[in-house]
Amino acid sequence: MRRIASTLVLMFAAVVLLLFTTGSPCFAQIDHNIKPVNAKADSHVGGLTGEASGEAQGGLVLYRRFCVGCHGPAGDGVGENAQWIDPKPRDFTLAVFKCRSTPTGTLPTDEDLFNAVTRGFDTTNMPSWRPLTEQQRANLVAAVKSFSPRWQSEKPGTPITIPAETPINIESVLRGRALFQKMECWKCHGPAGHGDGPSASTLTDSKDNPIRPYNFSTGTRFKCGETNQDLYKIFMTGLDGTPMPSFADVLKPEEGWDLVHFLRTLQPLNTQEASLWKAYAAAHSSEIKPIGPDSGAGGSK
Amino acid sequence: MKTKYFLLLAVIVAVSSAMVVAAAPPAGNATISGKVTYTGTPPKMKPIDMSKEPSCAKQHATPVMTQNVVTGPGNALEYVVVYISAGDQGSTPGTKTVEYDQKGCEYIPHVAVMQPGQPLEIKNDDQTAHNIHPLAKVNQEWNKSQPPGTAPIETKYDKPERIPVKCNIHPWMHGYFVIVNTSHYAVTGNDGSFKLADLPAGKYTVTAWQEQYDAQSQEVTVGAGETKNITFTFKALPY
Repeated sequence: MRRIASTLVLMFAAVVLLLFTTGSPCFAQIDHNIKPVNAKADSHVGGLTGEASGEAQGGLVLYRRFCVGCHGPAGDGVGENAQWIDPKPRDFTLAVFKCRSTPTGTLPTDEDLFNAVTRGFDTTNMPSWRPLTEQQRANLVAAVKSFSPRWQSEKPGTPITIPAETPINIESVLRGRALFQKMECWKCHGPAGHGDGPSASTLTDSKDNPIRPYNFSTGTRFKCGETNQDLYKIFMTGLDGTPMPSFADVLKPEEGWDLVHFLRTLQPLNTQEASLWKAYAAAHSSEIKPIGPDSGAGGSK
Repeated sequence: MKTKYFLLLAVIVAVSSAMVVAAAPPAGNATISGKVTYTGTPPKMKPIDMSKEPSCAKQHATPVMTQNVVTGPGNALEYVVVYISAGDQGSTPGTKTVEYDQKGCEYIPHVAVMQPGQPLEIKNDDQTAHNIHPLAKVNQEWNKSQPPGTAPIETKYDKPERIPVKCNIHPWMHGYFVIVNTSHYAVTGNDGSFKLADLPAGKYTVTAWQEQYDAQSQEVTVGAGETKNITFTFKALPY
């Protein structure tokens, strides 16, 4: 009995030794040493000041706990999980962000980043980090900023002015529909907003990864929020790093609201806009010109 | 008595005017010129299918070809940007507006060269919307929609960079913004030739950049009024 027991112990020890020395995947050496460009980065969100450094709950410590797996030790979006997820994690070294309140080509505000971390990105692997405290999230914003030198040489853009929303009525929806035709949104988003426009299948993001335009018929929450204000911001600031451009130079604010009201009718949600459109479409079906090439729907050129 | 003083004054004025003229920076009159060629077999350019954009397709009797390696007679390489990358003297600031047009769903010119801060004007002369998406990494990346009939986009770049430009709606459209720190640059035409003129005497590093074959550099020394001829040769591969 004793001989068997000691043999078993010896065998067990041998196996453990083998595992440690042959570098099996269970003990693979993954480098989690975080490599910020500027460890002193900070953030200001509301009344909170976030810090990237700090031993206990500093942003970079939290980053190592919660973020490094996807976003990587250098913040370049190439963490160990990145190869299996799509869309890819954001590359913070470029300081190019989708969801901003600031014009295209400019840095987002700290509040934009705070909202992104809090909200997460629906339909992606980026979760909502609401379970963390606001201070922790403010620290994480500082950590995000620690990976690019751009934050030290440039100020965030000036947030765009979002005027008060115009009344939701069928006239606004119809004007929005004409804009959807004229601005050629349908070329990527498709005539019914199904993400199947003629250019949709060829779209690539700024890192040459294939990317699909938003499909309104899914009704999923926009990556940058769910309110009409969020939707307005999307096309008035553009989603930097993606094919979605800014229309700020070519749309007047009231036209922006018309477009928002029309876009809501493309989603299978219980919105005021959707019911207005449904009633209109039922009564005027013969007058509605389809959206698409050479359509008179927008009365354009 | 008065006449003598008058004459003296006239002489002083004449001499000082001559001195002022002489003290202006010497206008360079040396030239570095030459040709950019390739060895080996370059890839065949392919015809672009614009059928998804009929308003552009109908503007071209024969299909437009891709432009990543455009060759000319005598193994010439077109669209190569040749410029002084070191030792530059006598550059003039870039104040003239550089124009970049979208016409027939092509970027014209294919490569636009400019200096930091130089005004850049982007126009849409097509019946379709385009979005202008310069994929800058050193400068800021931005992306703007430009429907037909809207105002030109006026912008500029502050840092030297070679920026690929694309339109997401029309994926075959490829162009470049090349920002260089010198007014001494040229883009080769179909004969591959270039000429950098008005150079003061000196030692220069001349760089040639082609979008697929990257950059090559040479050191060239020119004396006053001298013309030096150099060649750049890129190794082409069929893919």
